Amino acid sequence: MTTATVSRWDRFRESFFWYSFKRDKVAILSFVVLLLMVLAAVFAPMLAPADPYDLAQIDIMNSELPPAGLDGADPAFPLGTDAQGRDLLSTILYGTRVSLMIGFGAVLLQSILGVLFGLMAGYLGGKVDAVLMRIADVQLSFSTLMVAIIVGAVFKASFGNLMFGEIAIYMLIFIIGVAEWPQIARTVRASVLAEKKKEYVDAAKVMGFGTPRIMFRHILPNTLSPIFVIGTVQIANAIISEAALSFLGLGMPETQPSLGSLIKSGFDFIQSGSWWITLIPGLVLVVLVLVINLLGDWLRDVMNPRLYKG
Amino acid sequence: MALLEVKNLDVRFAVRGGDLTALRGISFSLDKGERLGLVGESGAGKSVAAFSILNLIAKPGYIAGGQILFEGKDLAAMSERELRKIRGNRIAMIFQDPMMTLNPVLTIGTQMVEAILAHRKISKKEARAIALDRLQKVQIPSPEKRLDQYPHELSGGMRQRVIIAIALLLDPEVIIADEPTTALDVTIQAEIMDLLLNLCEQENVALMLITHDLGVVSQVTQRMLVMYSGRIIEQGPTRDIIDNAQHPYTVGLISALPQMGEPGARLFQIPGSMPSLKNVPTGCPFHPRCDYATDQCRQAMPDYVHAGNVDVACFEVSKRMEQEKHMQEERS
Amino acid sequence: MTSPLVEIRGLEKQFDLSGSLLEQITFKDGRFQRKQEAVHAINGVDLQVQKGEALCVVGESGCGKSTVARTVMGLLSPTAGEIHYDGKRIDNLKGRDALPYRRKMQMIFQNPYASLNPRMTIQQTLEEPVRFHQPDLSQSDVRAKVQEVMQSVGIDPDWGSRFGHEFSGGQRQRIAIARALAVDPEFIVADEPISALDVSIQAQVLNLMMEAQETRNLTYLFITHDLAVVEHFGTRVAVMYLGRVCELADTKSLFATPRHPYTQALLSAIPRLEDERPNYIRLQGEVPTPVNLPSGCVFHGRCPHANERCRTEVPKLIATDANVQVACHGVEEGRL
Repeated sequence: MTTATVSRWDRFRESFFWYSFKRDKVAILSFVVLLLMVLAAVFAPMLAPADPYDLAQIDIMNSELPPAGLDGADPAFPLGTDAQGRDLLSTILYGTRVSLMIGFGAVLLQSILGVLFGLMAGYLGGKVDAVLMRIADVQLSFSTLMVAIIVGAVFKASFGNLMFGEIAIYMLIFIIGVAEWPQIARTVRASVLAEKKKEYVDAAKVMGFGTPRIMFRHILPNTLSPIFVIGTVQIANAIISEAALSFLGLGMPETQPSLGSLIKSGFDFIQSGSWWITLIPGLVLVVLVLVINLLGDWLRDVMNPRLYKG
Repeated sequence: MALLEVKNLDVRFAVRGGDLTALRGISFSLDKGERLGLVGESGAGKSVAAFSILNLIAKPGYIAGGQILFEGKDLAAMSERELRKIRGNRIAMIFQDPMMTLNPVLTIGTQMVEAILAHRKISKKEARAIALDRLQKVQIPSPEKRLDQYPHELSGGMRQRVIIAIALLLDPEVIIADEPTTALDVTIQAEIMDLLLNLCEQENVALMLITHDLGVVSQVTQRMLVMYSGRIIEQGPTRDIIDNAQHPYTVGLISALPQMGEPGARLFQIPGSMPSLKNVPTGCPFHPRCDYATDQCRQAMPDYVHAGNVDVACFEVSKRMEQEKHMQEERS
Repeated sequence: MTSPLVEIRGLEKQFDLSGSLLEQITFKDGRFQRKQEAVHAINGVDLQVQKGEALCVVGESGCGKSTVARTVMGLLSPTAGEIHYDGKRIDNLKGRDALPYRRKMQMIFQNPYASLNPRMTIQQTLEEPVRFHQPDLSQSDVRAKVQEVMQSVGIDPDWGSRFGHEFSGGQRQRIAIARALAVDPEFIVADEPISALDVSIQAQVLNLMMEAQETRNLTYLFITHDLAVVEHFGTRVAVMYLGRVCELADTKSLFATPRHPYTQALLSAIPRLEDERPNYIRLQGEVPTPVNLPSGCVFHGRCPHANERCRTEVPKLIATDANVQVACHGVEEGRL
């Protein structure tokens, strides 16, 4: 037995998690890229040369300027400008911010719903389980996009375009969050079913602890690893869903563009030669989703209990 | 020449942060028709020893040194192809969990026939006849019916009988049985052990029985090895060790059995637990739990000394031997 | 005679195998039939645990001994029968009413690798029950209590900030015992508490449990398949087979003169150190499944002495000597 207490940091540094992270170049690279993108998005107001939301800073005369290094480029706009004359670099920084907010927000909502319903279905079983899982089946049988299109259209019609612009981000978080909770609920339910057979749960019951305490204090912490893995992949999915909706014109308005609406706004100009308005945000989106998915894959490998040997 | 002779076998596991030594300088031999018990608690390395004899040790484990001589040929240096001719054929293995050997989607008959055809060039019909004969030998009721049944249709005791029948299929010279009855109830365990013992005697097969149960070892084997933390600490004739153990660990292990204590009284107990491979103590690995430990035990690994018919690796025992010798010399 | 601390009366427990109504209906021989199947885990068990004793329940897998333990502890609800604690019926209590008994009755489980919550430190594991049952205790009192139980089971209180997986199996079982002791129980159900442990560790844990029994005046219901342990540990023994008690006796009488043919077979099968060959009473056949219980005496199919009466009539537990009760027609009729 080693002596003295071990701090959390020491424990982490000795963990299998940290060990396999250090040895996986793809995971490190993905993490660094994701970290940079998140930081850039968080500090966008400080990093961006211009504020794309501020109409006073936009000059229509600067529209469709190409990125630096091409004919007719303006050094003030390193990635060029879009059709309205906004600096593309700033717009992408702000757009990444919006996309990430929707991604994380939607997954947070999914997780809250999914964990709550998954725990109840798995632990209480019986009728509760049957009802909740049938609701989940029904929910999954609608495609996310279809639900979003219908809800979005209704919202747009009833609130008008201006009002819609203000609440769009919350609406997208809500739609994507609600549409995808069954994914998490099913994962949670499966691991709760495995956990609740273990003797520590019996020990808690024998102590007389109430059902909510057993569910949240004893079982929930032991089901977190799969939620973590699914959650990571779901962030990427949510960002993609949002981009798709925005591309269809049902997502973020052009005044507060996300990566998806940026791609859409530039799409009309590809034919006229201004490819960068679509291509650069598109690349950013691909890289963002790719690194999140790569990290998710790595997490799944590390946290898979069948591969993991402590 | 012994049928199977293991000389100075070292097995290590390559893990992060360096190698772990799972077996250190294991040496023993097994004669034709002999029954040898391998005793130890979990983590002592007895299963590793069994698997490394057939060179079946799975990565990250590897044989780091020593020889495993089977009829004079070194299994540790053999190619996979040559090894396959020996495994299951000359040396058979029985595992604790029958489902490790049995494929759940094939009938018992199919699996037995396949096992024979892998080593013998005979017709399917002849193979089936051999299979039937072995099932009769393990005294399974209505053996013909069993050939067409799937493993899940049999009870635990019956499955273990099938496993023994499979082990006997090709008339092996050696059977290695790794905790063959641990998962079974006592009444079934007694039947299976009796069966195994009788078959080995009848067919003159050598048996290496790996178990944690000293009672079973005492009933079935002629010689036994006691393992602790990857080392053999005591070996010799089973009766001698059970009745008059030398090593303090073996003594403790036997005295700790409830059947040895006075009912209701405190049981003898060895303090602490077996060290994990990650932090094996220096010197004699048993010293932190030993009442007789001296500085010598803490620093150096004891060599084997002969105490009567028994080989023991313990400084205390060798000291005792020398004292006795001294006293005898003085007397004479 | 004083009243028993725990009394099990006419306990029966079945586990339904047939599922919902829709799954039960099958089409056979040209008509729909409803088919219900159940595992008959316990089929009428009466036991009394006296204060201060260690009543051992022994039997082979599938005999229902663990189901008895879990029903007594309220982890399962009985299909029929009653559980009484100190004269009060407890199997029908719910929520708040059951809480006082949760303190008085505790349980030690078989698998020390699964019985500690992997995400909680030892300190958390031990503090939670104390706080839960004595909410008015101050922080320092709770700590003192946890320190006391940790010391009494031989775990260094400084190790409280560690997690279960950092301990060996034996140490984990000590911690699980400490958790049970932390709420000052009177009665402990131990379900195979040492069968997952190594031989040298088994002795440590058994000694610990006997010490705790002496210093804390505990009463045990000890479930095990290992008869050698029973001989050492138990005051009285109940031998179970297929959900019924076939012999109930004080330990000495049972080991000196086992009466029921099954007890005799079970005792003879223990591998003894002094034996040089397996030396046991051969039973015929295999244990029947508890889904289709045999009629009459559940043991008749394997019993060498079974006759027509054994095949049809269920034997009752009948006192043959002081402290010995046997459920066997042969013993009753004097032919065994």
